[in-house]
Amino acid sequence: MTDASAARPIFRDHPSDLVHRARWWTGRTAIYGALVLWAIVCLFPIYWTITTSFKSAPDVMQGNLIPFVDFAPDWKGWRALGLSPDTIGSDSTPRAEFMRRFANSAIIAGSASVLAVVLGTLAAYGLSRFSYRFGFMRNGDISFFFLSQLILPPVVLALPFLVLYRELALFDTRIGLILLYMLTVLPIVVWIMRDQFAGIPAELEEAALVDGLGIWGAFLTIILPIALPGMVAAFILCLVLTWNEYFFAALLTSTYANTLPVMVASQTGSQGISWWSMAALSFAAILPLIVIGVVLERYIIRGMAAGAVK
Amino acid sequence: MTAELLHIVTNDDIPAARRALGRALIWGSAALLLGIAAAQALDRAGTLDLGFANWRPTLYAYVLWSVCLCWGQVLVRGEQGKRVLFVLPAVLFVLSLAILPLVFGLGIAFSDWNLSSPDGRQFNGLDNIRQMWGDPFYWNALGNMGWYLLAILPEYAIAFGLALILNSQIRARKFWRVAFLLPLMLSPVAVSWMIGKSMLENRFGPIARLMRWLGWDNPSFFESAWTARAMIMAMDAWTFIPFMMIMILAGLQAIPRDLQEAARVDGASGWRGFWEITFPLMLPVSVTAILIRVIFKLKLADIIITVTSGGPGGATDSVTSFIFREYRDRSNVGYGTMLAMTYLVAIVIGMTILMKLADRWTRPRP
Repeated sequence: MTDASAARPIFRDHPSDLVHRARWWTGRTAIYGALVLWAIVCLFPIYWTITTSFKSAPDVMQGNLIPFVDFAPDWKGWRALGLSPDTIGSDSTPRAEFMRRFANSAIIAGSASVLAVVLGTLAAYGLSRFSYRFGFMRNGDISFFFLSQLILPPVVLALPFLVLYRELALFDTRIGLILLYMLTVLPIVVWIMRDQFAGIPAELEEAALVDGLGIWGAFLTIILPIALPGMVAAFILCLVLTWNEYFFAALLTSTYANTLPVMVASQTGSQGISWWSMAALSFAAILPLIVIGVVLERYIIRGMAAGAVK
Repeated sequence: MTAELLHIVTNDDIPAARRALGRALIWGSAALLLGIAAAQALDRAGTLDLGFANWRPTLYAYVLWSVCLCWGQVLVRGEQGKRVLFVLPAVLFVLSLAILPLVFGLGIAFSDWNLSSPDGRQFNGLDNIRQMWGDPFYWNALGNMGWYLLAILPEYAIAFGLALILNSQIRARKFWRVAFLLPLMLSPVAVSWMIGKSMLENRFGPIARLMRWLGWDNPSFFESAWTARAMIMAMDAWTFIPFMMIMILAGLQAIPRDLQEAARVDGASGWRGFWEITFPLMLPVSVTAILIRVIFKLKLADIIITVTSGGPGGATDSVTSFIFREYRDRSNVGYGTMLAMTYLVAIVIGMTILMKLADRWTRPRP
């Protein structure tokens, strides 16, 4: 009795259900196929850059793809940059140059983002809690005034700034770029933080005010810690935008305050490109942001999703 | 998006002396600023010789005045002033870094000013407008911007598709999300080297190789106008599709599940369910995503400057890259600013119309 019933399943799929299952399988295959295809589209350029930095000229020309199988990897690109294991100990002009640009980028992007987040958070908090009147402008107008800066194309400001910075001796200085970058990312901070504060009930401050704190005290001790994730999201978004900015940096710097994108761009025009060192340089320039993207992905998504859903 | 406002009743009684101190601070620093600015202007004009090397002193006086203005608010208006202190720094910052240069730029736009010539700035009235009217390359660049803007629609379609896939039942969702997000993090300059210069290399770039394998004999991506334009569009799309994808994904996750389930129970197929439930519900998010994408697209320049620098024959020029080269090659600040100002006017008019239309489309019909 047991043998017979075990061999023949009690519940069998009806032929129409089998069709259903086949369709489910094709659907799955299509979805994962699309996922893999797009992942290749996204990741292959990065992979290509990493591998190229380890290739020598014939390997680049033959288009060899897989290290150790197609070609023998070598620290060629990194040696040209002075960052390979055998050159890291000795002096190297390209490395000094690279480190200087890297430091410029880090200082400019970091401080512009921090300052923009501070200014933008304060403004967004004020706009979401108090009613203002500056002349004819009320809260809605002031918010629009901040957000409308997003529409302003950089090229409109570029040439006036060029002239002004020359007069003010801010041309080719870090402070000049920091100020300009703050301006470009400030609307984004206001956008994200306004959304953030709108989600925090005002009863919290009311309770704190009853307990004897001032408005700034309530803001700093009660509200700020709650809004911190939003601030981190805004900060990272600003960091990405300012780290990658090229247009202003190319116009407003010459020798001292150059950032990494300017350095990368200045090498592409030269004749007889040394592919390996360019690959190493590009990869070193994007590496910090790849790390940030992988580690802090949820903050980035949170920042971009703010305002999308209301 | 209207948050509840805080309503606080305060009874300030500010001593008259404190009020006077605040006013004195504000007006005193303003007078100092005006004085220094006037002295520098006279120095520049040559009537006085005070030996200023640059306008830094005026800048410092301006910063001092800004600080005093903020501080004075608290002294004069007490609690009310402390509230103003939240917004005032940002407002002052934007006013002095965006509005002042804009006004200054208007002045430059109507002048002939070549930074490399010793003549300095010369007012030339409407000459720049006349020159712009007859400049085929500028109109060509504006026309290209139209094509670049049209490329947003396929980008949107791809982003929507990816967001739908990421929102469905899949394994390792976080991995896919991170992988799809990465292009957004890369700098356009690095991208233009990695893809534009290296992978699209005619002889041995992997994409050229793939094209040859697919049967295109002599792949050259930047020689004919349309392929070059398409390549620029593709590279820009590559970096920005993740941005739209994330916004749409956030919108998809906010749709209540039971709506889609109800549609399924009612017998709607996946395709009809999408067009009749999901897509209409996603309309506001889509419009926001597309509007922001349009704003970013209007700033497109980095990739063009570094990959094609406008070529072949201006076919890939965007307005920004054109003005950039105009300045680089001829260092003509006046004409470039006039072009930029015209562009700004066009953008403001275009965006206003677009936002009005978007508002009408997304608002539910009565």
